[in-house]
Amino acid sequence: MSRIDPGIGAAGEPLPVGGLPRRRAGASLLVGAVLVGLVVAAALVSFVWTPYDPTLVDASSRLQTMSARHLFGTDKFGRDVFSQILVGARTTLFVGIVAVGVAGVIAVPLGIVAAMAPRWFAEPLMRLLDLLLAFPALLLAIMFSAVYGGSTLVAMIAIGIASIPSFVRVVRSGSLQVLSTEYVLAARAAGRRPVAIGWRHVLPNVSSLVIVQASVAFAIAILAEAALSFLGYGTPPPVPSWGRMLQESQEMLFTAPRLAVFPGVAIAVAVLGFNLLGDGLRDRYDPKLEDRR
Amino acid sequence: MSTDTEPTPAIRVDDVHRDFRRPRRSIRQPGPTVQALRGVSLEVAPGERFGIVGESGCGKSTLMRIIAGLDRPTKGRVLIEGRDVTALPERRLGFLRQRLQVVFQDPMGSLDPRMRVRDIIAEPLVAQGVKNRRDRVAELLDAVGLPAEAANRYPHQFSGGQRQRISIARALAPRPTILLADEPVSALDVSVRAQVLNLLDDLVTELGLTLVFVSHDLSVVRHVCDRLAVMSAGQIVETGPTRQVYDHPQHPYTERLLRSVPSMHKALAGASTTDLLGADRAKPKDVEDKGTAHA
Repeated sequence: MSRIDPGIGAAGEPLPVGGLPRRRAGASLLVGAVLVGLVVAAALVSFVWTPYDPTLVDASSRLQTMSARHLFGTDKFGRDVFSQILVGARTTLFVGIVAVGVAGVIAVPLGIVAAMAPRWFAEPLMRLLDLLLAFPALLLAIMFSAVYGGSTLVAMIAIGIASIPSFVRVVRSGSLQVLSTEYVLAARAAGRRPVAIGWRHVLPNVSSLVIVQASVAFAIAILAEAALSFLGYGTPPPVPSWGRMLQESQEMLFTAPRLAVFPGVAIAVAVLGFNLLGDGLRDRYDPKLEDRR
Repeated sequence: MSTDTEPTPAIRVDDVHRDFRRPRRSIRQPGPTVQALRGVSLEVAPGERFGIVGESGCGKSTLMRIIAGLDRPTKGRVLIEGRDVTALPERRLGFLRQRLQVVFQDPMGSLDPRMRVRDIIAEPLVAQGVKNRRDRVAELLDAVGLPAEAANRYPHQFSGGQRQRISIARALAPRPTILLADEPVSALDVSVRAQVLNLLDDLVTELGLTLVFVSHDLSVVRHVCDRLAVMSAGQIVETGPTRQVYDHPQHPYTERLLRSVPSMHKALAGASTTDLLGADRAKPKDVEDKGTAHA
């Protein structure tokens, strides 16, 4: 008799008034936003001002240490490292935008279609993407560079293509969840066609998932560009790139370790920033989608 | 079944079966089949208020979806205003989407959280290419007792009862003649149930609609319907005028269902919650037993 009385009206409990409570922004969201903000700010500043021309070779001031004149010192050609880091932020963001753009533009519609299409279409499509998923992204990028010539754009289109499968999976599973809701049933009862349901109901409701996935893909793309530049397949020489700065620094790792530290830290900040931002956004949005069922 | 000489019934369901195939568990044999509906027939006359009652899982929601053209029967026919809709492809169901509308159960889940109330209510109108949607939405909001400024808000800003009003407004938007209500108040707080029921009742009378009301709650159905069908394990076990079914239940299942309705009277007579729950527990098991015996 000590059992808790469930009450007669237990099945008809009132729903919380005013919808789901807004969750507070988590620490990772905040830190992520700050770090990403730092990278974006650096890129924006570099358009209007850099202490020196980042590509200016000055033999008289080679390998200087950190000073008031050269905040982060200079490299073996006498180029100002701080200026290179600032302009390198541009490259980094460009890389992320291209890769995520390519992946998103292709993967989002594909994911929704894969969720709404009949089995005979969706299943082979997903298996085909699994095949692509098994292919290493860097290898694909190197292959692309070998065929189309090495450039940031080519490398990033390859990275974008390589991140399509995981993107499609995320969008598809989110879409399936949305498609099982009563509001989609209601839309069908209202006479909405599949295209309208996909566009007006599924897309807006998976958009938070897309944003989360995009920020994670952004981090992956930045890392991939750094790795490719290090290998010599990424951004070609005159344009400053954090990955190539790392590569150029390796022969002087013992005499001037700061040359590796600054671009290394910059890459870490950008990747960590986008990862934390993605995690933070996931924490904020995912439970909401789950509650909706 | 009605034997009078009505011209065409608003809804006629003819020996409808619906099987669901469960996912296969072995590669050697196909997955098991669940018979959600096994030979359901019914007729609803124009202007009638028809109730479908039964335990959860008895197939009443499946039946509702089939009538609404949201699911297809495995066998059998559905006629809406004399037209067979069973075999029609989606793009030729336009008349059905206009004549017949649905109010869903879950006031949270049946409204798109990313849409403004205005767009939610206008959705059937957009789908059917109706002009002057703004005025119609304002008219509908007024009809369901919501302020005009509700149009600019999002569903989560409303209470369960208000959301159900929005749902009703959307259903009425294309001026349907038949309204299907799938447990429209069972997810609501007891205190707002009566309000929403009365609203539905008034609107059905005012607009001369045919109402099909699906519920597991007999006291609610009694309040609204003229005639009702009792469903159990995918079949209709009893049909008749509400009064008659209540006072002289013919089928043992109906009797059990009626007995289990918690009432003030019973509570005063000393039945505890545990007794009522006990009665509740016994039923689904019984239904299941019956189900497996048939399968």
